[in-house]
Amino acid sequence: MGEALVITSGKGGVGKTTTAANIGTSLAMMGYRVVLVDADIGLRNLDVVMGLENRIVYDLVDVVQGRCRLRQALIRDRRFESLFLLPAAQTKDKTAVNPEQVRDLCQELEKENDYIIVDCPAGIEQGFRNAIAGANKAIVVTTPEVAAVRDADRIIGLLEASELRNPLLILNRIRSRMVKRGDMLDVEDVIEHLAIDLLGIVPEDETIIISTNRGEPAVLNVNSRAGAAYRNISRRIVGEEVPLIDLEANGSFVQRVKRLFGLRTG
Amino acid sequence: MLELLQRVFGREASRTSKYLAKERLRLVLMHDRMDISPQILESLRADLLKVITEYMVVDEGATEIALHRGQGSVALVANIPVLKMKRLPQKLKN
Ligand SMILES: Nc1ncnc2c1ncn2[C@@H]1O[C@H](COP(=O)(O)OP(=O)(O)OP(=O)(O)O)[C@@H](O)[C@H]1O
Ligand SMILES: [Mg+2]
Repeated sequence: MGEALVITSGKGGVGKTTTAANIGTSLAMMGYRVVLVDADIGLRNLDVVMGLENRIVYDLVDVVQGRCRLRQALIRDRRFESLFLLPAAQTKDKTAVNPEQVRDLCQELEKENDYIIVDCPAGIEQGFRNAIAGANKAIVVTTPEVAAVRDADRIIGLLEASELRNPLLILNRIRSRMVKRGDMLDVEDVIEHLAIDLLGIVPEDETIIISTNRGEPAVLNVNSRAGAAYRNISRRIVGEEVPLIDLEANGSFVQRVKRLFGLRTG
Repeated sequence: MLELLQRVFGREASRTSKYLAKERLRLVLMHDRMDISPQILESLRADLLKVITEYMVVDEGATEIALHRGQGSVALVANIPVLKMKRLPQKLKN
């Protein structure tokens, strides 16, 4: 039996799709069988970030409405044979599917895969409810900005109300230099307010944009710091203990964070 | 001298945009989370009364509890009419 993880945020543009692509690819690199599900119907993106946009024949709505079999709609990644993408429909809207259908779909996928990673649309409407319907676990992505953290707080409340307890946090786009000079919220500030467990931190990194341009997730680039952060996050997902990435390169930051949250390090 | 430095740095810290963001975040989350359901407010009311009635008899029907938001702060305001004080054990002198 596989596990379905939904990547959500409330606020748009904070890095959900980037996170889904990188975690999915990284888990597949580790040998797990993974299906990425793009639940952002009408605004499909995950295919482009994965570099698979030219291979789409069928999509999630076709599967749910019975126009094709699930197997036919899954696109196999060209780099990893245990990695698949179920693309969103681009011409329909989120009312084309309902939460029960997504739940059934995830259950079907869990039978033959280790991880189902669902990329959730922004917002708290039906698209959000569809995306979380089949998930066993939620990951909340936010950036160190007041509006993004506020929306994350709202999402956490909604997740808990829908029985998705103990969501995990990814803090994306941290700029350690700005944190150091007192111009950016740091991980401690955010965790203190949201009061949820931290899954990882990802630095602001140009290689994310380069990777997206190429359709090659950053985890494939050994020189990408964001890629390294996502590889660490994926190892934590499978249960390994991995220390937080060292954004200041002097150790004290990690030490502080570890002390603060009682995180064990491997 | 040290004190002066601390004052200078202390003031600096409270003027950074990070500090401002943190403070604004605290308030905005407090306001957002004030939007609690009537059931939760009711359960808070019941819990409060349970404690208070150990000390005094109050008019439970006339009790009002609400969260009030002000500029930069939030207050829990309870208006609980007291009907009678209970005879409490006298404080021992020693
Ligand atoms: N760590 C990072 N460093 C630099 N750029 C980033 C980082 N994370 C995300 N981005 C960029 O931010 C933009 C938004 O990212 P992404 O599409 O993943 O967000 P999203 O939450 O899925 O957005 P939406 O709500 O529209 O679906 C993209 O251009 C992406 O390349
Ligand atoms: Mg997206």
